[in-house]
Amino acid sequence: MEDFEIIDHTADIGIVARGADLKQAFATAAVALFSLIAELEDVGEAISRDMEVTADDRESLLVEWLNELIYLFEVENIIFKRFEVTELSDTRLKARGYGERMDASRHRLKGGVKAATYYMLKVDKDDGCRVQVILDV
Amino acid sequence: MMSSRWQEVLKKLDDYRWEIPRGYKSGMNVPGLIYADEEMLALMGDDESLEQVANVAFLPGIVGRSLAMPDIHWGYGFPIGGVAATTVEQGVISPGGVGFDINCGVRLLRTDLSQEEVKPKIEELVAELFANVPSGLGSTGKIRVDARELDRILLQGARWAVERGYGEAQDLEATEEEGCLKAADPHQVSDRAKKRGAPQSGTLGSGNHFLEVQVVDEVYDLAAAQAMGIQEAGQVLFLIHTGSRGLGHQVCEDYVRKMGEAVRKYAISLPDRQLACTPVSSPEGKAYFAAMACAANYAWANRQCITHWARECFIKVFGKSRRQLGMELVYDVAHNIAKMEEHSVDGKRLALCVHRKGATRAFPAGHPDVPAAYRQIGQPVLIPGDMGRCSYVAIGTERAMKETFGSTCHGAGRLQSRSAAKRSLRGADVAHDLAARGIVVRTGNVASLAEEASQAYKDVSKVVEITHQAGISLKVIKARPLAVIKG
Repeated sequence: MEDFEIIDHTADIGIVARGADLKQAFATAAVALFSLIAELEDVGEAISRDMEVTADDRESLLVEWLNELIYLFEVENIIFKRFEVTELSDTRLKARGYGERMDASRHRLKGGVKAATYYMLKVDKDDGCRVQVILDV
Repeated sequence: MMSSRWQEVLKKLDDYRWEIPRGYKSGMNVPGLIYADEEMLALMGDDESLEQVANVAFLPGIVGRSLAMPDIHWGYGFPIGGVAATTVEQGVISPGGVGFDINCGVRLLRTDLSQEEVKPKIEELVAELFANVPSGLGSTGKIRVDARELDRILLQGARWAVERGYGEAQDLEATEEEGCLKAADPHQVSDRAKKRGAPQSGTLGSGNHFLEVQVVDEVYDLAAAQAMGIQEAGQVLFLIHTGSRGLGHQVCEDYVRKMGEAVRKYAISLPDRQLACTPVSSPEGKAYFAAMACAANYAWANRQCITHWARECFIKVFGKSRRQLGMELVYDVAHNIAKMEEHSVDGKRLALCVHRKGATRAFPAGHPDVPAAYRQIGQPVLIPGDMGRCSYVAIGTERAMKETFGSTCHGAGRLQSRSAAKRSLRGADVAHDLAARGIVVRTGNVASLAEEASQAYKDVSKVVEITHQAGISLKVIKARPLAVIKG
């Protein structure tokens, strides 16, 4: 079971994701994002994709990472369900995502996500690894 | 009851106006002003929206007050339902003050059809609209544009659509800015944004975007209603609510990131990173405004194309000609946008950048930017409610010009989070409930209906009553839904 929760925000939706390390927390946040878009149990792993994002700091990196995934979903219609974050520094993330192309006849779609925001953004390495982000939906 | 923290802070100016004094927080450049009655204020005190009104007052160069409309709710950075004006000379522009869905807006069409004519065919009409206006998550349009053609959309806005046969020249006259911000420069829009936008032009999208067949329920100001082609209760109207889709989202995202650098470069101090901004007159500020204008134009082209398909659906279902239907555009307003406007502040005329995030322009009678047809009455303001209640049309006022930089509310305003709405309601029950009240609903995503149920929103009638009593927009008509098509 992925360790994340969806938090309430009046207009939008927040994600809190945890992991044994930060790599896992970033991977889990990405799964949480796609769990808002579709029921992931219906989604296969026919596609794997290598991704790399860079940013000025760790918090921005989380926003950039999720925005890259929103972009791939919108432009290539890929629903990802699993991630391996292979490299993570304060300014660079490398990962491989597994999923498949959206098929409205087979996938139960839940909703769109416009973007990840910098509001209430947190990347916490103490107290276990915990990341928090608010999404505009 | 409002949290005691805010009870101590807020200064009551009159029954509909509350001030957050400048001294509330060190760093506020101006006070905050909230349009609300006691009841509405109690709903606001529970979340962070009032704190966000105070945070917006930190923006360098902000003038007047950091404004909150009665439909305000908790956003990210800026509250939704906020207005902030900054000077072009010394102030900043903030992509967060416009939001991700740039030029999300509403357009209203009138018809010569009566409720009696429409009701027997409403299911057929809804099916036709659902089939002909692409909607839903991941939906792509019927319009195929290459890179050059997309640039034309970004430059020309609604005019692009009209010139290609989607609608008529008169539609442009009845659109804010005639459906085109001239500052648009497609070079300032990233390839990523264009890639997201190209396949989505002419689509409704998902979330809170919708089409609605409405019937006039009550007329408050007959002269103003008649100027809009609205005669009496029972007349059928058609409403379109959508924005700039993925293109606008990406423009906002790209520039929020760039503003992060600008904030450091220009040494701007902010209480919240999502308020990231840059001087209006800086190269970064000009680039954002040019890109935002492109996204705004894309949204106007989008609503214009949907208007055309909606007219085709009505023609087919009712077997009447375009003229017999009388399906004219009443008006089209943007409710997420920044505009360069001139206003009087403390007796001085100033060039301002007015951010309206979840707020509608509400210019008075006589203003040169109000179309000739409405010059005598004031600019039409379109205020949709949630899908179960009603919507309003109002007009802008001189008082709005003096107090709110010519702005008013934009809708009902969210009360409940989407997940809370989903926990307490099932989409299927919401559909059933609407059907029981004679409202036909069609959506590609039944589960999402719960998120948009009446219970999740403030009562739009109360919101509109406050702006009416405060005098920043005046009620003209109320309409209620007959059918809703949701993405």
